[in-house]
Formats: sequence, structure tokens, C-alpha cells
Amino acid sequence: MYKGYRGKSLTYLKKFKVAVWSDVVIESTRGSFRGTILPRSETADEFHIVLKLHNGYNVGLAGETIESMKELGRTEAHYKIPEKEFPFDPAKKNVKLFGTGGTIASRLDYRTGAVIPAFSPGELYGSVPELADICNLKTEKLYGVFSENMGPEQWKGTAEAIGKEIEGGIDGIVIGHGTDTMHHTSAILSFMVQDSPVPIVMVGSQRSSDRPSSDAAINLINATYTAARSDIAEVMVCMFGPTSDQYCLLHRGTRVRKMHSSYRSTFRTIGDIPLAMVERDKFVILKDDCRKRRNDRKVRINTSFDDRVSIVYYYPNMKPDIIESLIDNDYKGIIIAGTGLGHVNKPLYPVLKKACDKGVHIYMTVQTLWGYVQMFVYDTGRDMMDLGVIPASNMLPEVAYVKLCWALGQSHDREEVKKIMLTPVAGEITERECHNGYLILQGGIPEVEDFIKKYKR
Amino acid sequence: MIRIRKMEDMTSSDYSSIGLRSGLEIHQQLDTKKKLFCRCPVLPYSQSFDAQILRHMRPTLSELGEYDGTALMEFKTKKEIIYQINKDSICTYEMDDSPPFELNSQALDIALEITMLLNCKLISEVHIQRKQYLDGSIPAGFQRTTILGVDGWIPYRDRRIGIIQLGLEEDACREVSDRGHDRVYLTDRLGIPLIETVTAPEMVTPQEVAEVAVILSNLARASGKVRRGIGAARQDVNVSVTGGQRVEIKGVSRIPTIPLLVHNEAFRQVMLLEIKSELSKRGITHSSFESFSFNITESLTDTHYMPAAEALSNGLELHALVLRGYRGILSTVTQPGQTFATEISDRVRVIACLDRLPNIAHSDSEERNFSASEWEIIRKSTGAFENDCIVVVWGIGKDISTAVSEITIRAREAIDGVCNETRQSFPDGTNGFERILPGPNRMYPDTDLPPLAISVDHMERIRSALPERPWERVKRYIASGVPEESARQMSISRLRDIFDRAVNETPYAPDILIHFFLSTLSHLRKRGRASDLTDDILILSLAEAGRRCLPIEAVVHILENARGSELKDISMAADEIHLPDNSILRETVKQLLSGSESSEIEQDVLKRFILGRIRHRFDGLINGKEVSEIVHSMVL
Repeated sequence: MYKGYRGKSLTYLKKFKVAVWSDVVIESTRGSFRGTILPRSETADEFHIVLKLHNGYNVGLAGETIESMKELGRTEAHYKIPEKEFPFDPAKKNVKLFGTGGTIASRLDYRTGAVIPAFSPGELYGSVPELADICNLKTEKLYGVFSENMGPEQWKGTAEAIGKEIEGGIDGIVIGHGTDTMHHTSAILSFMVQDSPVPIVMVGSQRSSDRPSSDAAINLINATYTAARSDIAEVMVCMFGPTSDQYCLLHRGTRVRKMHSSYRSTFRTIGDIPLAMVERDKFVILKDDCRKRRNDRKVRINTSFDDRVSIVYYYPNMKPDIIESLIDNDYKGIIIAGTGLGHVNKPLYPVLKKACDKGVHIYMTVQTLWGYVQMFVYDTGRDMMDLGVIPASNMLPEVAYVKLCWALGQSHDREEVKKIMLTPVAGEITERECHNGYLILQGGIPEVEDFIKKYKR
Repeated sequence: MIRIRKMEDMTSSDYSSIGLRSGLEIHQQLDTKKKLFCRCPVLPYSQSFDAQILRHMRPTLSELGEYDGTALMEFKTKKEIIYQINKDSICTYEMDDSPPFELNSQALDIALEITMLLNCKLISEVHIQRKQYLDGSIPAGFQRTTILGVDGWIPYRDRRIGIIQLGLEEDACREVSDRGHDRVYLTDRLGIPLIETVTAPEMVTPQEVAEVAVILSNLARASGKVRRGIGAARQDVNVSVTGGQRVEIKGVSRIPTIPLLVHNEAFRQVMLLEIKSELSKRGITHSSFESFSFNITESLTDTHYMPAAEALSNGLELHALVLRGYRGILSTVTQPGQTFATEISDRVRVIACLDRLPNIAHSDSEERNFSASEWEIIRKSTGAFENDCIVVVWGIGKDISTAVSEITIRAREAIDGVCNETRQSFPDGTNGFERILPGPNRMYPDTDLPPLAISVDHMERIRSALPERPWERVKRYIASGVPEESARQMSISRLRDIFDRAVNETPYAPDILIHFFLSTLSHLRKRGRASDLTDDILILSLAEAGRRCLPIEAVVHILENARGSELKDISMAADEIHLPDNSILRETVKQLLSGSESSEIEQDVLKRFILGRIRHRFDGLINGKEVSEIVHSMVL
């Protein structure tokens, strides 16, 4: 009744016997205003009342200027995505959409002023009717958390839910996920779900679907199309490709990373090229080394996890106490994101040795993200390996982090863990880096400017 | 039968008999350094671009859970929107790849100032809203907009015109082209801070609309903080007549074109109401309305009607629509050079994207299209009756089904008379369909920016520095003895503040000063002789001349003498000015008198003539009163 109002503003509402959704005439020291009282965001101050004027605009009026409020009636919002029954067609593939949170399709939440997801097949069909041309869709909400709150519990639960669906005969799986940590989840699922016979496609949106220019619909359509029709049976991320609304890219779950805080085309394959482009009803395959779709249901689910692992992002002048505190707090594994080919400064050597001696598993990755760890090139690298630090090839730091958690969940034996870590399971380590992967176009130089002027990309 | 009348034949009571009501929405860019929601500089318009990107727009739900009609219409068009981007003026914010930065405070202050000048009731907390635009004119698909005040007024003649609201928002893109399914936009004005002033529909003749537009334009200029030049201010005009609907005519950039636009729209509505009453006479209602469509591609393969023949040779389909009982309706004239068929053709062009004209032909047309025998074939294959109207349309598969459904929709809407539409203005004063008029359903809160409270101190700071409103100045000037026309001119002149200083700081009377400022000084400027003139030097020169009881024309000489020198030299420059003494004046008058045929000229005329000659001969450096006395005594 008083959604979001507190303190003084709540007193005013009560004093004049009006509430949220009341159509009111407000007399104030600044004149009279007419409109509907809206819920107030809980994070906003307690001094203002939000009014929706009849022209659709919202304004805030200071409580202290209000002399009287008179209720004329009530207009309750029924903000609901038009729901239509999702059609079933026996000729179409069956796809399961798991929800973990994040906004693929959404509506507005007055309480927080934020967007809340639309999720049931009916709601999705109401807002993205194109989905019905692609598949028969079932949905299941596993979690309702923001991407940054995804953790081991949700990862395990998702992996198990995937296993069950595959056993149940599903043709493809889509996982809606917030974008911030989508690449952490795609990496751990690549380890926890092995030999999937069907595509497992993660998808999200950078611009929520409450705006006309949202990438949500195109991402969801392409992800669903991939789950239903693609021959690639791997954990993938399906997200916006270029700057323009043209196609999505399918990234391998262990090689993908969010690279921009707000761009639609934020996801990029690192250290390799994407698996494919997908454009509504066609694929352009870019890599042919993928695991193929199968008819069997032989999937292996391994949800082992030990969360006593940390990533240490090295910076010049780092002090040994950082590592010291990890040892003291009983961490079992450390992923270092080192400089260049995989380096840290000399003052850290004694503490790294101490950690290794105490049984902490330490792996080196590179903060350049692109390229391999190579600890033989300089003496310092060799020194570090002597201390017990193990180079993790071209595994991305976040990928190495979730993999070490997964490995330590299975064994604490140094050699066993090393074997798990360095044996590629899902493309997290590649034998070679293709020459055309690292092409971060340098904006501003003439040939790149020519490109963006000519091609609508 | 009612017919369209010419504007020059209309009196205000004629307009009142059709119930004309019109309001304005004035969009005025603010003169800020940076844009409203990002730190991009505001640069002059430019057509050059460095990159192009493409977007599609989808409708979304409004805050109240409804889809907006316009949104659905735009979605039907399935446009590929292309943006041309210049790297100097566009960042990732305008392209909707970055969240907004905080609201530009300079823009907010200017907008608050104008809100106060319009006597609006001020809100206390700014809520940024998103206003959906699915036409692509804003890459995000919505415009960030907010309201700062409501229910204001401005004086007009002997009454007040209400101001419904004043909003602050970001400007949109400029359309470059819209062909088929491709629409191209230039982004050079995207994101520039803009105020939108909405008046109540209280203007009742076309001329009043233009006059009120001038008052509002002057008011914005009074703040001195708005952008000038082409495209910096644009008007939308709302028009309705009794029994009609509010129709919005968009993007009128020149005020003098407003009256004819209003007049033509008023009569368009009158004619649509005429059609409504005719349909009602024929007993056509929503429930009895009938239309059928047929694919007639195969029946007309040999047509000589060029547009259809071309369509067929391009592999397009021809469809015929029968509108039962509509005979004669489509040929009803709605605007000069337009009939109701134009309304239908417009919808087909805009919504079905069949933009190669003509895009339809109909059986009542006075223009040549299909031959009589071809119409007969069409009539037979569709089973149309004598009293039906047949519309033929051509296009490719997907578009043609949209077109057929739009033709039906528009024909059916005629039963209700006038539709709620946004229309575009044409240079000849007529207008054409642009889109369905959007409703409040396209507004929803911007979740990227928190509400912004405007403190009482903040408001007071702006209120205390509020410039005088132009109409208040006019009153004050007239009260001080200045002629009304000069008062009006000065009230909106850039010189108004220095003129006020001169009134306060020099001994000259306001009517003398205003002539000096509006006439003498502007001549001086036109001749480039006042380029380095500062306000201080001007005031000092006026004060000095006044102190010495010199005629105001002396100031021109003082400024000439003091050119390029320091402030302290004004007095020395004044020293160099000498008025002719009495004897020289007398001698001159005598010469002038002897040279003229005094007997044949009336005395008053003669006096004025001599006074003028003397003023001219001494370059204005005379004491007018003294000369006048001399002339008076000598002529008598």
C-alpha cells in the first residue's frame, strides 16, 4: 500500500489518507498537481512523493511543500508481460531454458525501480514470439540471483539440472545468466558437465529488454536456435557479436571473457577464435574442432568443488603479506595473474616457497590474457618453477581459478591435481594459438577507420 | 457538400464556427558546452561521418504494462536503422553502449530558469523518464526526458495562454533517408540538451498560433542561453476542430509557415468529418464494414498502366481490395492536391514500406490508371458491386500483406472521422502521415539514473538571477516614454541589458537612448565601426557626452576620436568636440533660407527641412533646441 515510502513521506501519505496508486489532487506551496502516486524506490530519500502525471511523466514533490492531498480514485498498474501459451509442434526440437537470474526478458519493478525478469514460456512467447518458430520451449527457474552472486552452490545445482535434462532426452539447453560472471559459470560448467551430447548455450543481455534497442531478443533467439539446431555439443556463450544488430557469436565456455563494462558486444573469445556466428536462421562455422551432437545420453556430471582457492593479481611492489594471509587463512590453491610471460617480483619468492611447502597449489597465468605463460625464457621464471609454481599454459586466470577449485574437489595430491589442471578438458588449454585470434583492432588508425565507415559492423 | 476554403477568405468567426483549437510544442536547444547525459561537446551540425552502425527496434512494455500503439506500428515496418557517426561528437553513450553520466547541471539551470520565466509550477525532484521512439530517431529506442514544471502561462493580447509543461530532454537524430526498409540517420544533433515547451490548445485562429510561437521564441531568447541558427528551434503544432482529434504536425522550423499548416489541417479534419457523416448516411458502421482482398496478379498480366506493369515485370504481386459501399469516398478532397486516397497511400508508404509512388490505384480516381476494361476484369474477379470502391496495391509478398491490412485499417478508421496521428509538414503548407500519435504508454522510468532533488537554495539561486520577461520589459519601457514598437524591439534585442545600464547611468532620456541603440549604433556596427566597442566604453562615452550636455550624436564622434585608445581617453576625445556657436548657426540658416523658395512652402515643412539640413551639415553635432529656436525666429 505504501510501497517504498518511509519516514516523512510515509507520514504525509498517511496524514492525507492516500496511498500508492491513488489518483490525487495535491495542493502545494508551488501550486496544484494532479496524477497517480507511484511506489518509491527503497534507495531513494524519504522526503519526496512520486507522482505520475496524466501525460505519462513522473515527477517528485517535496513532502514539506504539500498542503493537502485528495484521493479521486485509484489506478493500479497491472504490469505484466502479455502471456500466451507457447505453441507445441511435434516436428520441432525440444529446448529447455534454465533461469539463474539476469535479464533476458523483463518488466519493470516499481519497488526498486529496477527491471524484473519475465520467464515463463508464456511470458517469453508474449515478448519474443519468434522463439516459437524455433523450438518447443520449457523453462525452469533454478535461481533468481544477480550474476555476481552466482557461486559453487548454484554452479553445482545447474550442472546437476543439466544432467537430468540430458538424461530426460532434451535436444538442447539454454541458460539465462547475468553477464558479469557468465564466463566464470561457462568455464565451471565446461568442467562439471563433460561429454554432453547436446548444445549447452549460455545467454544474457547487456541492455535489458525494457528498452527497444535491447540485445535481449536477438541473443535469446540466437541462443535458442543454437540449442535446437546447432551441431556443436559443448558449453558455449551466445552473445552479441559486432557493434551493430547483426549476428551473435558462439564462444567456447572456457575461452570467453567479458571485456567491456557496458558494450553489447562485450564477450570475446580470448586466445582463439569463436566457434561460429549465428544469425537467426543460419550458422557460419568458424572452427571445426568442436564436439559434435550425439543421440546417446551419456553425459558425465562431476560437481567436485573446493572453494579454498584465490586469484592474486600481481602488481609491482606487491608485498609477501598478501600470500602470507592466504596461507594463514588455510587457502589450498592460488592462481597468480602474473606480468608478461608469467612473473612476480623477487621479494615474493620466499613466501611462494613457503606456501608450496605447506601444500598450497600455485599456478601461474598471465594478466595479458592473450598468450601463453612461458617461464623458461627468463631465469626468474625458472627460479619460480623451482619454488613449486606451476605454469598453467594459456588458461585464462578465471578459468584456471574455477578449474583449480574443481581439481581440488577431487584430490589434494600434488601430482594428481597437476595432471587434472594441465590436461585440457574443454579447450581451456590449446596446443597452439591461431594467428588470427589476437586482432584487437586499434581504433583511430586509417585502415580500421575505413573498415568501420564502410561496413556497418 | 462542404468544401475547403482559402485561408485569406476566412475570418476568426469562421474558424470559431469549425471549432479550431491549436497548441504548440516548441523544442529549443540550450546553449551548453556539453551534451545532456554525456561529456561530448556540442558541435556545429556536420554531415561527415566516420562509421555506420545498424540497429533494429522492438516494442517494450510500458510501466503500466501496456504496449504503445506507435510502438506496434513501428514494429510492423521492420526497419533497418542505420546511424552515421562522427567520432568528434558521438561517444558510446549516444550509441547506447554506455550508461548515462549525470545530468548536465548547466542545462538543468537554464531549463529551470525558463520554467520560472513561463510561470510554471516547479517540481521538487527530477525523475528522468524514457520516452520510447521506435522510429529509430534515438539509438537507445528511447529519449531521456524529464519535466521541470507544469501549469504556467504567458500573456497574449488581453488573455493568457496556458503552458501545460516544460520538459528537459536530449535531442534526437536527423533523418537522412527512408527508403523501403532502410532508414538512415545522421547523429550530429543527438544528445544536445533541449527544452520542450507545451502550450494549452488555446489558440483559435492560424495567425494566433504563429504569434504565440513568436512570443515563446522571444522568451527563450530572453534567457540568452539558447542555441540560435537553423534547426536550433523546431515547432510541433497540434490542431483539432469540433468533432475531430488532436493531430500533431511535426518539425516546423519556420514560424511564418505555421498559419497555412494550421489552416490546411483544420480543413483536412473538416473533410474527414464530412466523410464520416457520408459513411454514416450510407449505414456503414464498424460492425457492418466489409472489405475483401484478392491476389489479381494473374488477371492483369497485360496491363498498360505503367506502375502496375513495372511492378509485374519486377515480379511483384498485385492485390485488389474491395471496400464495400465506399464508392466516391477515396476521391473526396482532403487538402489542396490531396484526396482521401492520399491518406491510404501514406499508410501503405510508411507502414508497409511501399514507398515508390504511386503505390495504390483506386476505381474512383480522376487520374488515369487502369483502363475501363481492366477495371471491369478486376471488378469481375473480385465480385465488387457498383457502389464499392476497389483499391489495387502492388509489392512483394511480406509487404503486400501489411499493405492490405493497413488499407483496411485506414478505410475503416474513416468511420470515426479523424485519427490521432502525427503528421509531417510539407513546404506547400499541406501535411502527410508520419505515424500514429503516441500516448502516455510510451513513458517509463529510467532505471540508470536516480531521482535528483532540487533544493530550495538551488531554486532560489536561479530565481534571484532571473532575467526580466520580454513582456515585462515592454511594459516598463513604454512606461518610461519609449514608443511601443521600439520597446518591443528592444525587449528581445541583445542590447537590452546595456540599454538598461545607459538609462540608469547617463542623463539621456530613454526615448533618445532607444533610438541611439536601435538605429545609430546598429548603423555604426553595420559599417564595422564598432567592432572593438566594449559595453564600458559605450556607457562611459554616453555619460561623458551627457555630462557636457552634448547631443547624443556626439557619442559617435567621441567613439571615433577615442578608437583604439584606453578608457581614460574618453574625456580627451570629448574635448575635441565643439558645437558650432550661435552666429555660425544663424549664418547657415540664413544661407539655407535664401536658397529656397520660401513663399511656396508651408512654414512647418520649411522649418523641418532646414533643421534637417543643419543637422546633416554639422553631422548631428548641434544643440537641437538652440537651432530650433534660431530657425523659428528667422523664419518668422
